[in-house]
Amino acid sequence: MKFKKALALGLAAALTISLAACGGSKGGDKEKSGSDSSEKKSDYSVAMITDTGGINDQSFNQSAWEGLQELSEETGAEVNYIESKQVSDFVTNLERLGDKGATLLWGVGYACADAIEEAAQSNPDLQYAIVDNAYENTPDNVTGVMFRAQEPSFMVGYVAGKTTETNQVGFVGGIASGLIDQFQYGYEAGVQYAAKELGKDIKVSVQYAESFSDAAKGKAIASKMYSEGCDVVYHAAGGSGTGVIEAAKEADKWVIGVDRDQAYLAPDNVLTSALKLVGKAVKEVSLDAMNSGEIGGQTLTYGLKEECVGIPEEHGNMPEGVYEETLAVADKIKSGELTAPSTEDEYNEFVAK
Amino acid sequence: MLSSITLFIGITLMYSTPLAFAALGGVVSERSGVTNLGIEGMMTIGAFTGATVGYFTGSAWGGFLAAGAAGGMIALLHAFASITCRADQTISGIAINLIGPGVALFICRILFDGATMTVPVTNKIPKLFGSAGGSGALKNLNVDVTVVVALALAVLLWVFLYKTKWGFHIRAVGEHPAAADTMGIHVYRIRYLCVIVSGILAGFGGASMTLAIIPQFTPTAISGQGFIALAAVIFGKWTPHGAYGACLLFGAAQALTVILGGGSFQVPSEILAMLPYVITIIILILFVGRSAAPKASGQPYEKGER
Repeated sequence: MKFKKALALGLAAALTISLAACGGSKGGDKEKSGSDSSEKKSDYSVAMITDTGGINDQSFNQSAWEGLQELSEETGAEVNYIESKQVSDFVTNLERLGDKGATLLWGVGYACADAIEEAAQSNPDLQYAIVDNAYENTPDNVTGVMFRAQEPSFMVGYVAGKTTETNQVGFVGGIASGLIDQFQYGYEAGVQYAAKELGKDIKVSVQYAESFSDAAKGKAIASKMYSEGCDVVYHAAGGSGTGVIEAAKEADKWVIGVDRDQAYLAPDNVLTSALKLVGKAVKEVSLDAMNSGEIGGQTLTYGLKEECVGIPEEHGNMPEGVYEETLAVADKIKSGELTAPSTEDEYNEFVAK
Repeated sequence: MLSSITLFIGITLMYSTPLAFAALGGVVSERSGVTNLGIEGMMTIGAFTGATVGYFTGSAWGGFLAAGAAGGMIALLHAFASITCRADQTISGIAINLIGPGVALFICRILFDGATMTVPVTNKIPKLFGSAGGSGALKNLNVDVTVVVALALAVLLWVFLYKTKWGFHIRAVGEHPAAADTMGIHVYRIRYLCVIVSGILAGFGGASMTLAIIPQFTPTAISGQGFIALAAVIFGKWTPHGAYGACLLFGAAQALTVILGGGSFQVPSEILAMLPYVITIIILILFVGRSAAPKASGQPYEKGER
């Protein structure tokens, strides 16, 4: 009996840990600043806190820090970061950076949303910004930075539609939400856009893993899609997506990466990736803050027009000419001629046209 | 249709294998009277060690064995705390669960240039019929060799626990250590060995995730499998065949959600996601009935006590 109670406790603990998306690594925080070598000194100081992924997460945190380093090289602004090992460190780390004289403080990832809001309220004279979060009521000294993920998703959907030989493609999502909807409907619309151009019907299979961490489930779903005849699958499923890419490798079919160029995971099977250039957006917003100082109180969205999303230049796996055609489609989105849908309603409207 | 059936079987086996290794480990430890809540942590260490050694040596089996060794080493900590020091086994197990991912990520960052994931291995655990084995519906049955290893271990463990003298000793220690001690059985030695073996098996379970299902360690590679394995131990009434069957059942339920989801007739995915748990509860109520733990499980043994 005691064992069962303990097990229940353990399960609850595991749930809490996985909900907090915490890597579980404990220990001291690492600090680093990177401007001392810069010749052009500026008294402007930008700092960021990472979410629990750490600074070298090969994803958003790393990209954001690269953006800040570029900023430092170009303007001489002082930049530094603190890695947060757990969610409860966010506020403390923001306070520490504020005390050290940072004038603009970044939180990377929506997990930092509450911490940023709290810190912003207690330090009204400092500027804050956050990646991947939009507040309902944005405080005056906070800027939200969002990405129009439907735009690169539309592009890779178009690539998928142009590449498929079986006229069936797939999408594996993590957990259904407004954010993942952008990926799903952007992608589906891109596929249908290509289908219309080619004058054929292409079916899109959509399935959710109901988890961002279950690689086995991601692999199972993708294997099913491939065995049912899909030859291109796109994923927006975080850790479950690792399994999707592996399934593509085993079935020797195409897979499309997400957020960053995932070609290194399966060079022969990754067709392309839908990129989110977090570092670029972080740099732009920081520059605006330095130059005008008026950024707070709003949520900025970044997409193709701002050149903060896209697909990698490397396109050796795509059929001849598809890359160029995709860039032409991207230009249409940029110019406003074409709008990538981000919700089911917008998608239905898009297809009806 | 045929391809759906083979796909179902293939997914079931793939999904249940890491769980099965860990659950068998849980059975060994529990049977000797030591609760092992730290299986999740031991799996994480195994998953990391397997992928890392597999990457640096280029040998998947080398990584697999190293994962077992690493799991066994962490288990030694648990054994020392709970057998020699007579610490509360629940607390020691939870500590292992915190240490496991912590140590894995810490070393990962040192070895892989600060990254929290390892570089994918080039040689994975082989497939049963080779990399190109089978075509069409049969291809779905071309599972990882680890699937067979787990099944073989389940059979071996059953034979060992119920048909050999050593197995009898282990069960005696788990039921009534004082009586076993009187009969000249080394209670501490047996418990130490069983806890270490449970760590080795949990390590194998972790490695079967990061060397067979996916080719690398990521911070989310092991997220909850250890706890599902523990539940399978109870579900299977602390027997190797029961625990293995429970893992298969859980795998089958997951496979069902995959097969049913996203098809032409739409079942809401939230409902599908509940399916494995609902099936588990129903079977638990209808078929399994009362399950009793080994009597001395969770209690430290002090020589001379009655």
